[in-house]
Amino acid sequence: MNTLDRQVPASKSIQLMATCLCDAFFDDVAKATVQVLEWAGCNVEFPEGQTCCGQPAFNAGDWKASRQVVRHVMDVFQGEKPVVVPSGSCAAMGFHGALLEFEKEPDLPQVKQLASRTWELTDYLVNGLGIEKIPGKVSARVSFHRSCHSRGTCTGPSAVKLLSSIEGIELLPFGEQEQCCGFGGAFSVSFPNISKKMGELKIEHVLADNPDILASVDMGCLLHLGGIIDKSGREIPRKHVAQIIRDALVEAGEIKE
Amino acid sequence: MTPKSFQQIDKFARDLPKEVRATVYDGSKSTSEKRYDSIWRDYPETADVLRETAGKVKQHTLEHLDQYLEQAEKSLTAAGAKVHFASTGDRANEIALKLMQERGVKKMVKSKSMVTEETHLVPYLEKAGIECVETDLGEFIVQIDHDHPSHIVKPIMHKNRRQIAKSFEREGLGDYNDDPETITRRARVHLRKKYFEADCGVTGANFVSAESGRMVLITNEGNARFCMAATKLHIAIIGIEKLVPRDQDLSLFLNLIGRSGTGQQLTVYQQFINGPKTPGQPDGPEEMHVIFVDNKRTEVLASECKEILRCIRCGACLNVCPIYRQASGHAYRSVYPGPVGAVLSPLLAGDKFPELADLPKASSLCGACNEVCPVNIPIPDLLLCLRDKGKREGAKNASAGTPPMGMYAMMASQPSAWKAAMRLGYAVNITPQAMMNVVPAAQAWTSVRQLPKWRGGKFRDWMGEHDKDAK
Repeated sequence: MNTLDRQVPASKSIQLMATCLCDAFFDDVAKATVQVLEWAGCNVEFPEGQTCCGQPAFNAGDWKASRQVVRHVMDVFQGEKPVVVPSGSCAAMGFHGALLEFEKEPDLPQVKQLASRTWELTDYLVNGLGIEKIPGKVSARVSFHRSCHSRGTCTGPSAVKLLSSIEGIELLPFGEQEQCCGFGGAFSVSFPNISKKMGELKIEHVLADNPDILASVDMGCLLHLGGIIDKSGREIPRKHVAQIIRDALVEAGEIKE
Repeated sequence: MTPKSFQQIDKFARDLPKEVRATVYDGSKSTSEKRYDSIWRDYPETADVLRETAGKVKQHTLEHLDQYLEQAEKSLTAAGAKVHFASTGDRANEIALKLMQERGVKKMVKSKSMVTEETHLVPYLEKAGIECVETDLGEFIVQIDHDHPSHIVKPIMHKNRRQIAKSFEREGLGDYNDDPETITRRARVHLRKKYFEADCGVTGANFVSAESGRMVLITNEGNARFCMAATKLHIAIIGIEKLVPRDQDLSLFLNLIGRSGTGQQLTVYQQFINGPKTPGQPDGPEEMHVIFVDNKRTEVLASECKEILRCIRCGACLNVCPIYRQASGHAYRSVYPGPVGAVLSPLLAGDKFPELADLPKASSLCGACNEVCPVNIPIPDLLLCLRDKGKREGAKNASAGTPPMGMYAMMASQPSAWKAAMRLGYAVNITPQAMMNVVPAAQAWTSVRQLPKWRGGKFRDWMGEHDKDAK
């Protein structure tokens, strides 16, 4: 994936893009993101007018609709501060997808400006802030699903670096780890049979290790995988990497729950 | 509950016999693993640099294709070959047939070539009374079964050896025996005879160097060599995108194509052909004709998806694709299946683009195809571009099953409407499943997965309190 050169930000003031999935379903993930960022010394601003990154329409092929949403995103997230988002896929929409659909649009420069300051959370923590170690202990065997929108970006290595720095965490290698979970946004409803088969395969591989936690940096993947797991009556707790980091920090007494 | 299918490829995958799925899945997975091992073992530091470089060489060639075609024509002519240009597939077939008829050709042997699949050369020649024999083992099996290739490198990816043994038995090629070696030996005996009987050998080409006109053919069976050993006439039918600028570029591509396609450092045979038989040469065709085929490639070159023409047909993107693995190649209803086919086939369809506009939808956009591509084609980006094209052109089969986005865009660009929706969403928590199923997308979601509890706006409430506490 082609990504823009990003400047490491001078200030620790950031704008949080919470994501529509956290807005609708996973409030604790967004909360953990704020807690982790504040622990890292950031001043977190939450622009109230935010909605969604525009990716659903972009992936569905309705670029006109998607551009309408991205223009709203540009309205809401103005200025120079880094925009930090707890999702590899929403971040990739910001620094890659949007550029594609605005290639022939007059406001491409503004899209580029936003793209150059859009960061996925773990990438920002490691490469933006230089954090290498998370204090605290979480005793858990973790299967980390590296979501596909992090392919070719710094997100995968960053998330693994942070998770493995936490005392007590054992990262489990599982079969066909690089394979997609089958979510793919609108793909999950327009190709439900293939999507389900891909999800089942991922879950089989994960379950083979009997992990304590299935973790990801993308709640889209976990919404889909979790949905299949719950429907079949099986049990694997799911957590966003931000929640695991937050739990470690709480254990270390660095932050309050 | 089996989910309803809206998309033809999803339906095809749903209805695919278990046995076929297992064959395709295992075959593509193991080939992918071999690719990974061979490329990263030999180029641990530079595998991606090689892919990127090869991509740049191909992109450069495409951007100067007119010059390189002219240069290739000159070089080939100087080497003694005759060069023809065919603007369409039909035209390529006509040229080939005319060459054969003028020379009284009755029987033709042919090595594997995707472009001749595209032009439907074999049925065309057979109609004109010319006996055609596919000599690549996989293509031979496809031919005797009156089937279609389901993979661009392994045409019988969808068949297992028991099925093949039955086909051989049916064709009088010996009693039932599903031992691969026996099958191969029987095909060999059968095909040897055909090579001697044939008056003409038809091949494709994997690469053509514009600098020297040197043509490269790679096989694992040596069948392309045999196609040219006893025949007097060699016709090479080649897509115009097969050019590379210089002979020295071939080292890069030959290093990549075997590893990418089959996990081999090199394929078993690499044949460098530099014109027809020269005086003193013991064998080889007396005449060599090269037919360069456009067949909508210049239209693709002018489109926003021109990068797809870099493709060297290695099949790595098929093998790694989780959708291909579940659906198999025939699901794509076209000559080129898998990720590359989902881009190329609708483009090569020209006016019939809407008929194949659903192909670019058959992807979770996971990006694995781009990661393995030896010429670094940004396939997911191209799939997205074609989705947008499908939407703009109102292709119905592309939009089937995709929730309409107009309402979403309206809400997502108006914070007040968005926030209201976050509050209203709680209705989902108390809506009975039966009512949810009225909405097709909701039915498709819930037939496979449970939806978590709606908690719309909870984070905003917390953040509001949190900010107040901070002040």
